[in-house]
Amino acid sequence: MRKGQYRFVAGFLLVPVALYLIFVIWPYIQTFGYSLTDWKGQSQTFSFVGLDNYTALFQDDVFMDAIWHNILFLVFIPVITILLALFFAFMLNAGGRSRAGGVTGVAGSKFYKIIYFFPQVLSLAIMAVLFGAVYRSDSGGMLNGFLVKLGLVDANDPVEWLNEPNMVLWALILVVVWHGVGFYLVLFSAAMQSIPKDIYEAALIDGAGRAQSFFRITLPLLWDSVQTAWVYLGIVAMDMFILVSTMTTPGGEFGGGPDHASEVMSTVMMRNFLIYGKSGYACAMGVVMLLLTLILSVVMLRATRRERVEF
Amino acid sequence: MSAPIKETAAIPDQRSVDKRPARAGERRGEGVVLNAFSHGFLAVWALLIVLPLLWLVLSSFKTDAQIAGSAFGWPGNWSFDVFTRAWEKGIGDYFLNTVIVLAFSVPLTMLFGSMAAYVLARYEFWGNRLLYYFFVAGAMFPVFLALVPLFFMVKRLDMLNTYQGLILVYVAYSMPFTVFFMHAFFRTLPTAVFEASILDGASHTRTFFQVMLPMAKPGLISVGIFNTLGQWNQFILPTVLMQPQSGDDPERYVLTQGLIQLQQQQGYATDLPVLFAGVTIAMIPMLVVYLSFQRQVQAGLTSATLK
Repeated sequence: MRKGQYRFVAGFLLVPVALYLIFVIWPYIQTFGYSLTDWKGQSQTFSFVGLDNYTALFQDDVFMDAIWHNILFLVFIPVITILLALFFAFMLNAGGRSRAGGVTGVAGSKFYKIIYFFPQVLSLAIMAVLFGAVYRSDSGGMLNGFLVKLGLVDANDPVEWLNEPNMVLWALILVVVWHGVGFYLVLFSAAMQSIPKDIYEAALIDGAGRAQSFFRITLPLLWDSVQTAWVYLGIVAMDMFILVSTMTTPGGEFGGGPDHASEVMSTVMMRNFLIYGKSGYACAMGVVMLLLTLILSVVMLRATRRERVEF
Repeated sequence: MSAPIKETAAIPDQRSVDKRPARAGERRGEGVVLNAFSHGFLAVWALLIVLPLLWLVLSSFKTDAQIAGSAFGWPGNWSFDVFTRAWEKGIGDYFLNTVIVLAFSVPLTMLFGSMAAYVLARYEFWGNRLLYYFFVAGAMFPVFLALVPLFFMVKRLDMLNTYQGLILVYVAYSMPFTVFFMHAFFRTLPTAVFEASILDGASHTRTFFQVMLPMAKPGLISVGIFNTLGQWNQFILPTVLMQPQSGDDPERYVLTQGLIQLQQQQGYATDLPVLFAGVTIAMIPMLVVYLSFQRQVQAGLTSATLK
């Protein structure tokens, strides 16, 4: 019996562990090793070069700029998305024509949620095509067409949303926000609904207004969800590969233009790997991305740590 | 000051607003303003979501000249020809490839993920905790960290640009999350049922498949939805792993890759309606699935994030 049980456990673990080891863990480990070599990928031979790849990396202007762009995404994508999602979630749950200090949802809040959430089930590839069309740099693009109609933009001199170095990053942020707000709205909204109503009623008796009950009750009790949202949006901001590589003009293969103004770490890495064949160098970039992700998570968890409120 | 509270209980209906005592008038006025205000904002955001999508779908019925002309021209080419053209231009194949891959990768992910999660959650053996953390740790790392060696690993297995290669990689990369979530779920299941089943003489394997797995159905649905959407929308892994390896190696692009491919080709041959029709085709199954399982999708995705 006992022996049979061990055989059962081993049998159940065999395939999942094997797959996981071969395709996930082993490549992760190998990356560290390869990042110390001058491996070119195509050739089977390579030699140990120590930290050369890392020193080269910090002198690589394109990569260093890419890090800054990622950091910009890291700051603005979570802030804008979370603020909008909180705002709309609050409107949905407390904007109702209600009495007791804002605990009633607006009519049709279910309907709104269905619409808001929908972009989340669409792939970023679809986002790329959709917003490629929205941002078209003539009056055939939705944004330019709209602005021309309003007379704000000259039809012969439309806005080059994706070709202006100081506009392209914001254009990309807008896509991510558009895609993500609904998801976090539903997340926050579910958390808001789980807050017991008698807390609001108690606050109301004590004379709290809507704003006060939002900042003093709702927000502190939502803090866990906000933290989760921040971590997930942080991961999105560190990636950005698909949008940058497909929507921006090629500074090389995999987008990043104009003139590397929208380059992110992932596009630089993929270009070095798949186009230039610099596998060792690309591995070093992967390691840097990991380190930044880890630093980000630690900083985020520390900075947003609050006393946990049980209810 | 107890009046407003009593009202909440006593007047649940909007229509009875007028009959309320005058005392609550001030608060009600504030409520009405906020209500109009919030409906305004909510409606604007809803429009901002719907209009671009609708605009894109309508654009597939435009001609190239119309698309380049004005964004708000009404489509003039009401023929479903463009969808046939998009389907034949590759969308059909890309669609089929995605379906083939997911038909295997999602069930296998769920099977292997639940198997591992189950023994980790319910059996005590040496190294159990360690193995659990080993699985869960994978969720922490960006996929980019593994890409280069992963490519050469799949190459060595001779599985580049094959369905089985992509399927195995999808299954492996879905493990951390699936194990994590199902582990938590199996822990909540009652022990009594398990013991009864063993006492009745069922083997451990049989107990798992016929007793425990059916009980875990709600969890399986949540993770299943999460994995299906995640794998359906995956882009980076297929971009690296599904490139034709030689001249006579056929393209086996998945849908996301194919759409991007179609978009990039627009630089050379302008047939934008086909691109938009392709996106429309790609959106339809998502829309159908989403509208029919709307509650489960929202619950599945958000609870998956929170756990």
